[in-house]
Amino acid sequence: MNTKTVNQKAWWLVAPVVVLVAFNAVIPLMTVVNYSVQETFGENVFFFEGVKWFEQILRSSRFHESLGRSLLFTAIVLAIEVPLGVAIALTMPRKGPWVSVCLVLMAMPLLIPWNVVGAMWNILALPDIGLLGHTLNAMGIDYNFTRQPLAAWATLVAMDVWHWTSLVVLLAYAGLSAIPDAYYQAAKIDGASRWAVFRYIQLPKMKRVLTIAILLRFMDSFMIYTEAIVVTGGGPGNSTTVLSIDLVKIALGQFDLGPAAAMSLIYFLIILLLSWIFYTVMTKDEQS
Amino acid sequence: MKRYAWLVPALYIVFVLLPIYWLLNMSFKTTNEILGSFTLWPQEFTLDNYRKIFTDPTWYRGYLNSISYVALNTVLSVTVALPAAYAFSRYRFLGDKHLFFWLLTNRMAPPAVFALPFFQLYSAIGLFDTRLAVALAHCLFNIPLAVWILEGFMSSVPKELDETAFVDGYPFWRFFVRIFIPTIAAGIGVAAFFCFMFSWVELLLAKTLTAVDAKPIAATMTRTASTSGYELGLLAAAGALTIVPGAFVIYFVRNYIAKGFALGRV
Repeated sequence: MNTKTVNQKAWWLVAPVVVLVAFNAVIPLMTVVNYSVQETFGENVFFFEGVKWFEQILRSSRFHESLGRSLLFTAIVLAIEVPLGVAIALTMPRKGPWVSVCLVLMAMPLLIPWNVVGAMWNILALPDIGLLGHTLNAMGIDYNFTRQPLAAWATLVAMDVWHWTSLVVLLAYAGLSAIPDAYYQAAKIDGASRWAVFRYIQLPKMKRVLTIAILLRFMDSFMIYTEAIVVTGGGPGNSTTVLSIDLVKIALGQFDLGPAAAMSLIYFLIILLLSWIFYTVMTKDEQS
Repeated sequence: MKRYAWLVPALYIVFVLLPIYWLLNMSFKTTNEILGSFTLWPQEFTLDNYRKIFTDPTWYRGYLNSISYVALNTVLSVTVALPAAYAFSRYRFLGDKHLFFWLLTNRMAPPAVFALPFFQLYSAIGLFDTRLAVALAHCLFNIPLAVWILEGFMSSVPKELDETAFVDGYPFWRFFVRIFIPTIAAGIGVAAFFCFMFSWVELLLAKTLTAVDAKPIAATMTRTASTSGYELGLLAAAGALTIVPGAFVIYFVRNYIAKGFALGRV
């Protein structure tokens, strides 16, 4: 850190990035802020409303419910994907031809457009002709994700695990392959147990990449939209209407720009706040 | 226990491949067979679904559109991110840390929040329904990511490299293009991979910013599913084809990924 030289001209190197990102970030954000404090009856007539929409949304039970669903979904997928991803990375071969095979096959779900992922799982889970739905029903389990809230949730979670665990695997694997062999030899001489090797060598070395993995997974699972809308469309009823689905329903379905904009801002602030908390907690040791 | 360790990744790979297999299976079936019975593999093998996609312009144009704006976005993001990442890794300047954090916050903005304002912004500047509009819009989350990844790689290159070159009288840009960029080639590969990936898979913004001319393939699929009944076979074939470019990219960067991640701080 201290070896960096102070050079204000470096701003010129950053300028193109700032211009491009600001164009895409600041103007739309200001539009949202603008809408969030106004009421419109169409025809471009706007009235200033102050914080009315914010109060209304923070008090509405509809918002609380979709926020609750989003938080629950994120908690479930993080609890499954992170341990599973680490376990797979630990048991993957370290060298040899199988490494490439594993990496290529595992990375596949990451590069499929999100609505195709949704369509794929829809086809897979259809109760009559889908592989998953048909098999479950043939085994005597009553399964229909278009009618049962629990089945819809299970399908969404399974889809997200399928879609994103590989990201955790890739990152954790990269962290593991950065550990020099000497560490393992030293542990062997000391007669360390498998658990001790994991706890005191592998886990600390993976901490940095795991921070990134958890942050990325948190942000994206909290923002899940496309896959969920293709598979369940927020239903049955409202049982899988997470925040982003609810938001689009209000903004584009009912065209309530004011409440939708206010909700967007609240949503964005929640993500910022939680990401910041994650980040500070997980990098606390490095700072001190 | 150790002898059976390979079972974990093996079972996971089976789990990963199952939905992909089912998609391919569906894409080779006729509509009658799909709706009529449950079969583990196509009984009347047909290529009709694929033939339809390759002969109908609304379908194959979608592919060209998607590939064009993804390529454009990847080149643009990496090009502008390179000097910026260099600045962040080598220099201290007024507001550098705040700027870095601000860039990252854009990765956290839910596209659902920005959909409507983006539509208005790009309509106002006359870029609505062009490939450039999508490429520019995807910069919102890809540039911060590219800067983040490249900064990690650049910081692992010793500073002596720069100093020696400057002492030898290299002007900045010549040093940067001739010496520095080749040194971090692996990092550029990883950054390009991630830009490609996130631009290829994103749909909400791409769909919002296009209507007819620049419509991405994934959006064409949504239309099929909703208007012309439920043509599952066609939908499956289109879906299967969207996996192809990704599979190519992974194959080419497979060695960079493992090595690249280990080198950089990512």
